[in-house]
Amino acid sequence: MTEFTPDESRPNALARAWDSDIAYSFRRSPLAIIAAVVSLIIILAAVFAPWIAPHDPFNPATLNLMDGFTPPMEPNAFTGNVYWLGTDNQGRDVFSTILFGARISLFVGFMAVLFAMVLGITLGLIAGYRGGWVDSLLMRVADVQLTFPSILLALLIFGVARGFIPPAYREAMAIWVLIVAIGLSDWVQYARVVRGATMVEKSKEYVQAARVIGAHPAKILLRHILPNVMGPVLVIATIGLALAIIAEATLSFLGVGVPPTQPSLGTLIRIGQGFLFSGEWWILLFPSLTLLALALSVNLLGDWLRDALNPRLR
Amino acid sequence: MLTTVAADAETLRWARVGDALTMDPHSQNEGPTHTLNHHIYETLVGRAVDGALTPRLATDWGISEEDENVWVFTIREGVKFHDGSDMTVEDVVFSLDRARTPPSGMAALHAAVEEVTAVDDTTVHVRMSGPAPLYVQNLTNTFIMSKAWAEANGVETAPNFAAGEEAYSVRNTNGTGPYMLVERDPEVRTVLQAFADHWDDAPAVTEIIYTPISEAATRVAALLSGEVDIVQDVPVQDIARLEQTDGIRVVRGPENRNIFFSYDMVSESLASSNAEGNPFASPEVREAMSLAIDRNAIQQVVMRGESQPSAAPLPPFVNGWTEEMHAFGDPDLARAGELMAEGGYPNGFSVQLDCPNDRYLNDEAICQALVGMLARININVDLNAQTRSLHFPLIENWETDFYMLGWGVPTFDSQYVFDFLVHSREGSYGAFNGARYSNPELDAKIESLATMTDLEARDAVIAEIWDQVMEDRIFLNVHNQVLAYAMRDGINLDVHPENQPRMTTVTFD
Amino acid sequence: MIAFILRRLVQSVIVMLAVALVSFALFRFVGDPIASMVGQEVTLAERAEIREALGLNDPFIVQFWNFIARAATGDFGISYRLQQPVMELILSRLPATLELALVSGILAFAFGVGFGVYTALRRGSWVSGTIMTVSLIGVSLPTFLIGVLLIWVFAVELQWLPSFGRGETVYIGNWWRTGLLTESGRASLILPAITLGLYQMTLIMRLVRAEMLEVLRTDYIKFARARGLSNRAVHFGHALKNTLVPVITITGLQMGSIIAFSIITETVFQWPGVGALFIRSVQFVDVPVMAAYLMLIALVFVVINLIVDLLYYAVDPRLRVDRANAKS
Repeated sequence: MTEFTPDESRPNALARAWDSDIAYSFRRSPLAIIAAVVSLIIILAAVFAPWIAPHDPFNPATLNLMDGFTPPMEPNAFTGNVYWLGTDNQGRDVFSTILFGARISLFVGFMAVLFAMVLGITLGLIAGYRGGWVDSLLMRVADVQLTFPSILLALLIFGVARGFIPPAYREAMAIWVLIVAIGLSDWVQYARVVRGATMVEKSKEYVQAARVIGAHPAKILLRHILPNVMGPVLVIATIGLALAIIAEATLSFLGVGVPPTQPSLGTLIRIGQGFLFSGEWWILLFPSLTLLALALSVNLLGDWLRDALNPRLR
Repeated sequence: MLTTVAADAETLRWARVGDALTMDPHSQNEGPTHTLNHHIYETLVGRAVDGALTPRLATDWGISEEDENVWVFTIREGVKFHDGSDMTVEDVVFSLDRARTPPSGMAALHAAVEEVTAVDDTTVHVRMSGPAPLYVQNLTNTFIMSKAWAEANGVETAPNFAAGEEAYSVRNTNGTGPYMLVERDPEVRTVLQAFADHWDDAPAVTEIIYTPISEAATRVAALLSGEVDIVQDVPVQDIARLEQTDGIRVVRGPENRNIFFSYDMVSESLASSNAEGNPFASPEVREAMSLAIDRNAIQQVVMRGESQPSAAPLPPFVNGWTEEMHAFGDPDLARAGELMAEGGYPNGFSVQLDCPNDRYLNDEAICQALVGMLARININVDLNAQTRSLHFPLIENWETDFYMLGWGVPTFDSQYVFDFLVHSREGSYGAFNGARYSNPELDAKIESLATMTDLEARDAVIAEIWDQVMEDRIFLNVHNQVLAYAMRDGINLDVHPENQPRMTTVTFD
Repeated sequence: MIAFILRRLVQSVIVMLAVALVSFALFRFVGDPIASMVGQEVTLAERAEIREALGLNDPFIVQFWNFIARAATGDFGISYRLQQPVMELILSRLPATLELALVSGILAFAFGVGFGVYTALRRGSWVSGTIMTVSLIGVSLPTFLIGVLLIWVFAVELQWLPSFGRGETVYIGNWWRTGLLTESGRASLILPAITLGLYQMTLIMRLVRAEMLEVLRTDYIKFARARGLSNRAVHFGHALKNTLVPVITITGLQMGSIIAFSIITETVFQWPGVGALFIRSVQFVDVPVMAAYLMLIALVFVVINLIVDLLYYAVDPRLRVDRANAKS
């Protein structure tokens, strides 16, 4: 998890102690262990999907429509094929589709969080530290940005991308458009919190002192202020990853997102949701459970990490 | 709240996916708008569930014996508007004039009308610019309104989009129909009550509460939980389950709408394709695609059996449809592969398919299924599924190489299909001819149809045109849509081919 | 103080203008309004005429100016789709959204702060663990799925609550239509409010907990304890009060996601609010409604931001010094 890497500015000896404390705290928390194992299984399964999955649901030539709506562990009425978790409305093996879908969801989630965090922290630090017109400008930009509901922003980014990207590349670009759309609608949260905390921190004596001795502002920001704002940022980033994955699902509900021929977990849930009353429960249930397990364990890990990272809580 | 319902009144709670856009009778030529307005306003002629014309405000109609350019309508007597005034031929003349004057959305259907006149107290003449044997078919959605009421409220013409203020007729009505508008809260709730002085028999339903519910799952849930009595747009996957549910019945019937794919057959090359030249220009490639598509599989799986697979690019009740056009064989991938090679694309090609995802029944899933089928003959399709307001301009502006389209034929005649989809794009012709197809010989034949009064000779020309269209494979037709209405047990209502159910026809067990 | 407010007001106007400008620049990518305004029989020439009459062919800057000039007088034009004045349309839908947002906001805040304080004070107890874990389920599934599942369980299977709409409504004054005064109105509010508030509640709860844990370890809390203050006084008088700054910030900022998610919630529950109106307008490319909606949201936002800033100013004295520095 990129956002939880220990910051490099700590002295080495401290870092080692810190690491062992983390390890100790981890061993003592059964929930964290379970969450880590579940996350790891899902992430590994997603990464190695092409080698694990019995079918390749993204290759349309291998699909047989007549396999559609096969219940789990029962032979299909027409083809006689049996699938562990059944098939969806296109005859795709639900198990394989979940693995490939999780791969797309995780990729979108990580990249979007990374994008939002880097952008938000940078702008938040600058705004909070510099103050004055830079702060005003950045915060007004943030207001404008927040004003656009993220969903609309994504719709618009999709529209713009459609205007610029040649048709032959659109499908391949969809996922990057999604990452930018989700990331861009999330950075303000980081920026606002970082800015607020920076404004408080920078009036403290130690920062004033660093300023007086002529430390470079970038150094002050990274070494002294950033570590102090990581707490709240972590709260946001934790939920942020799960949220990005879920935002992708929400966009798919509104009809934009990754192509239905290469569904993410969210797209699968959106498709499955249509079969809630028609009896094909497996199309909705298994992707939902996977998403729930993934988001829940990532969040739980975040909870634990936040407490563990906070030296004052020990 | 405006009304308290009497205990013995038969109230019908009706839900469908979208609301009427306006209550103005001529502003919009759009299905849900007409459907609701048919309860408040009436037309000269009606359309029965079998597609036949029925008398409504006109008791009789026909082409004048003296002048083949004139249509004669005999107007019903003793009809009252909801405000109590009598309907006269002047109201009919006024309404037809209003409907054919821009910005009316109905104007295109009356483009051939030159003049409408009242001859006596019960007769109206409509003079056409030339012989127009099928004009009466265009009148099934043109409503009659009160001239005096329109003048008193400043709505002598249909509302103008650019006018900048709301027209009185958008939320107020004065029709002759079986129901009066009691409450109108657009997209939330519309309440209609039976009109006591209506000329026809009183309907069994005395009050209608109409609520649009856009989400499919919520719509079905509202029926299952007993919050509505009748649901019009039932998702195909829920039909079988609803039929098995106690207390709920489903009726189904064919809709006047076929779903097909078409492609740019003319351009030198395709913007979204890696192929040399334009593969769709090759007759062999087009034939290969028709051999690769498995219509029965789409019907059985994607449509859950709720469609009529057909190779004919027009709905079966439309004049010009034949059994031969409809017939199709099993997919033949081996032969299709040979044809691809013969057409010059032995290794296939890639192309983008543009598809709506909120317009037709399971539109996106059908496109997805086609992607898989074409992949087997090495046509590598990128699916671009998007909302209708982004999809349809692609066809209008010739910005798509390969697309899905559904077409309804409100006139129930093939000419309507030819005018919009087959004729070269010029003037009012060919607006949805996304294939860029252009055949001057066919164009001349299509234009001749409009004025042919010998219906047998005309049908022969229609057949000739279809032969050419089918030979050139302009359309890769998938199926005709089937409509399903789900309702509480004890309610009876037939499916209307244009998806315009009339609650006057509802009976209770 | 007054200078500060004035400056923020000027900035707010600039923000509103910027929102209008950006939305206008992007509308052309949403789709073609004509395609959804007219029937399939309308010729290409007639379509071009309508486009011209609506001013859609004017240069972008002319369209924008016309919009601003009219919007300044409160005239947002006529909806392309529903043919009603946009202002009236939005005002008639606003009470539904505000009631939903308010009720779900209150639920989220009350439960969020309550659970947050509890789990901070009883850290490590199994009840806290359960609350923490279960609350996460709410943020681990997409809103639309939670909504549909609630409908399935409570409307279809149990038949306790309505599945869609606002129930019976009554007017307060001329235009405020409320569902809070009728039984069916209140029943209809429950499922959408839970759907919309669940995510906010989880976020507030986690934030309160995190901040409480921080504050409880600070020296002045230790001093307060040392001074012999009761646990109650320490927890609520000192600790909770000091956690409220970031909580207020985040809660205020969450209005953004409340509004964004109200689009989904309103769509799933057919709730007749501005969110559902907006998403329908996007589908139909109803530019006047989209523009007015975004301006409204922008207004809500600058107001909230102003309030949050003022609260910051009032709650944290250190910022006053900072403001003074920033100005010089």
